[in-house]
Amino acid sequence: MQKFFNLQLAFGLEWWKILAIALVLYALIGGLIIDVPALPILHETIRNLYYHVTQWFGMMIILFVSLWHSIRYLSNFKMHHDFVAAEAANVGIYMGILGIVTGSVWAKFTWGAWWVSDAKLNGAAITLLIYFAYLILRNSMDEEQKRARVAAVYNIFAFVMLIIFLMVLPRLTDSLHPGNGGNPGFGGYDLDNTMKLVFYPAVIGWTLLGVWLMQVCLRIRTLNHKLLIKQFK
Amino acid sequence: MLFNEVKHLVRKEIMLELRMKYALNGILLYVISTVFVCYLSFRSVIQPTTWNSLFWIIMLFASVNAVSKSFMQESRGRQLYMHTLASPQAIILSKIIYNVILMISLSLICFLFYSLFIGNLVQDIPMFILCLLLGSAGFSSVLTLMSAIASRTNGNLTLMAILSFPVQLPLLMTLIRVSKNAIDGLDPSVSYKFLIILFLINVVVATLSYILFPYLCRD
Repeated sequence: MQKFFNLQLAFGLEWWKILAIALVLYALIGGLIIDVPALPILHETIRNLYYHVTQWFGMMIILFVSLWHSIRYLSNFKMHHDFVAAEAANVGIYMGILGIVTGSVWAKFTWGAWWVSDAKLNGAAITLLIYFAYLILRNSMDEEQKRARVAAVYNIFAFVMLIIFLMVLPRLTDSLHPGNGGNPGFGGYDLDNTMKLVFYPAVIGWTLLGVWLMQVCLRIRTLNHKLLIKQFK
Repeated sequence: MLFNEVKHLVRKEIMLELRMKYALNGILLYVISTVFVCYLSFRSVIQPTTWNSLFWIIMLFASVNAVSKSFMQESRGRQLYMHTLASPQAIILSKIIYNVILMISLSLICFLFYSLFIGNLVQDIPMFILCLLLGSAGFSSVLTLMSAIASRTNGNLTLMAILSFPVQLPLLMTLIRVSKNAIDGLDPSVSYKFLIILFLINVVVATLSYILFPYLCRD
């Protein structure tokens, strides 16, 4: 399995990294030139579906990775899992910020304001606040084992809150956001087959790019950790 | 076994509280003076929306102040001693139960003084009280775990606030919505959906605390 993922294709890059580059480029270029259905209000802004929605998908997947490693840390207490959880949360926050910015641009051109008070939007903002709190919590402790344990507990809690905020609450109240409060999602009938051709590859592309980013950050963190240990030997 | 431990621990908490009285009276005075400050700055509130949000903001800050002490004011030695006597599950459950009792009484007192000074706009009082009960239960179960987390760090109150405000928000948003319905005297059937959500959030949070707390006390 490990060997399969480490298979290098070209430029000394693993195949999935090349796939990530290809898919993101495809999403960026294809997303702008391939025909989209002409819909009222949305018009050409529907292309943002390839960026905004896919980045949120990527964020959810990366944050789920973070949650998974927090659970793993609590079951076997290996520092590696804590490092992965921390870096995955970092990348998740980064993608969340991208998603909120692209969403804000979209809101400006369809709903007429950069930010509207809406269950989904506020939920997204609060979710980011929770994860910022996670980062601050991590920084407030020096003792490594304790930090890992406490952060893992908070991370699990944070993910459950994220589910409540982004999946449960917006569906119960009125919301402008597609897929919530009785609105159909884009999957309903707006998303035609040509759009799916870009949408799904874009989801995979952003996620792989996130994983790559996470891997680089993880490597830096692990090296720093080793350096620290070496200094005290 | 667990039930027995919880019963004794809750009794211990209440006895300690009644013996010291400082914390209880302190938080009571905190609520009353906050209400009074609001009274002096607002005089009277006519708009139901403002009335409602002001009330819940007071409750939010009062709850953070009331519950944060549950772990943070305990000395390290006493915490270790408790862990030798009882299982962590019993400790967290007893703290949650104690805090629920504390918060419910606090919120009722707050409601009393708030309506005394600022005026009572609530048309459907039983519904509003139900909101208060569910809200205080939810606040205290969220905050008990957050207090446990914050106490593992160097125990500052700022951290407690930034950790708990965002996670309290789903409760707060739902509470404000239901209590607005109660204030307007809408038919209870409008609010059932939200009451169920409040109840479910309480259950989820309490279960998470029950599962996760044992990991916090391994040292």
